[in-house]
Amino acid sequence: MSVVVRTVTRVILPVALAFGAYVIMHGHLTPGGGFQGGAVTASIVALLVVVYGGARLKGAKGWFAVLEDVGALAFVLLAFLGIGATFFRNVLAGSGGLFGAPVPQLGPNPGALDTAGTLPLMNWAVGLKVIAGLGSVVLLLSLFGREDG
Amino acid sequence: MKRWLFLAAFLVLVGYLIGGGIWLHPFGVPARDEMDRYFIQNAQAEVAANNVVTSIVFDYRGFDTLGEATVLLAAVVGVALMLRKVKG
Repeated sequence: MSVVVRTVTRVILPVALAFGAYVIMHGHLTPGGGFQGGAVTASIVALLVVVYGGARLKGAKGWFAVLEDVGALAFVLLAFLGIGATFFRNVLAGSGGLFGAPVPQLGPNPGALDTAGTLPLMNWAVGLKVIAGLGSVVLLLSLFGREDG
Repeated sequence: MKRWLFLAAFLVLVGYLIGGGIWLHPFGVPARDEMDRYFIQNAQAEVAANNVVTSIVFDYRGFDTLGEATVLLAAVVGVALMLRKVKG
């Protein structure tokens, strides 16, 4: 693509990355979550594929596979944490440890990042999974039918 | 004959949609609201998350989310399988 498109891509790349990370990270406080933020972040991969071509991103395929596995395994392991009571039991919520700060029982509050137990961790797991999944789909579609793919 | 059949089907569809618009269930008055009330009253206390939607998606109905993640995995595996390099 032309130099204008490449420059604009370089400018909005960190902004889009930060927005995707924000949507994933604040999934338990504001609208959004792992799926939405992952889709936002995966759109960066689509942008890079359009602007620079899929061949230059070929090396990312292996990383995407690893990320997808890590996300899926982390999600299932976090679900298994609560197997003492039920599958997907939120054992970290309100325990005082990691992400265990209590929130007011009912009603508005400023919203601390350090709440909601396993929810933020699951958001990150699902976010990684969606980034890797959608990113590898875009990459594979762009590499299809090429000699150097 | 065919044209009249199409007209009848079209009229039935239009009537169905207009009727659905007229007799639409009023917004904000669910037929059964026990679950809604439970989530609104207890989600913050039980899951300690401000976003009740996330607490439903990842806690109360986490199994559903596991299925969604599996759908994504199946889609990726399908694309990778269809678009792989075939020798010869």
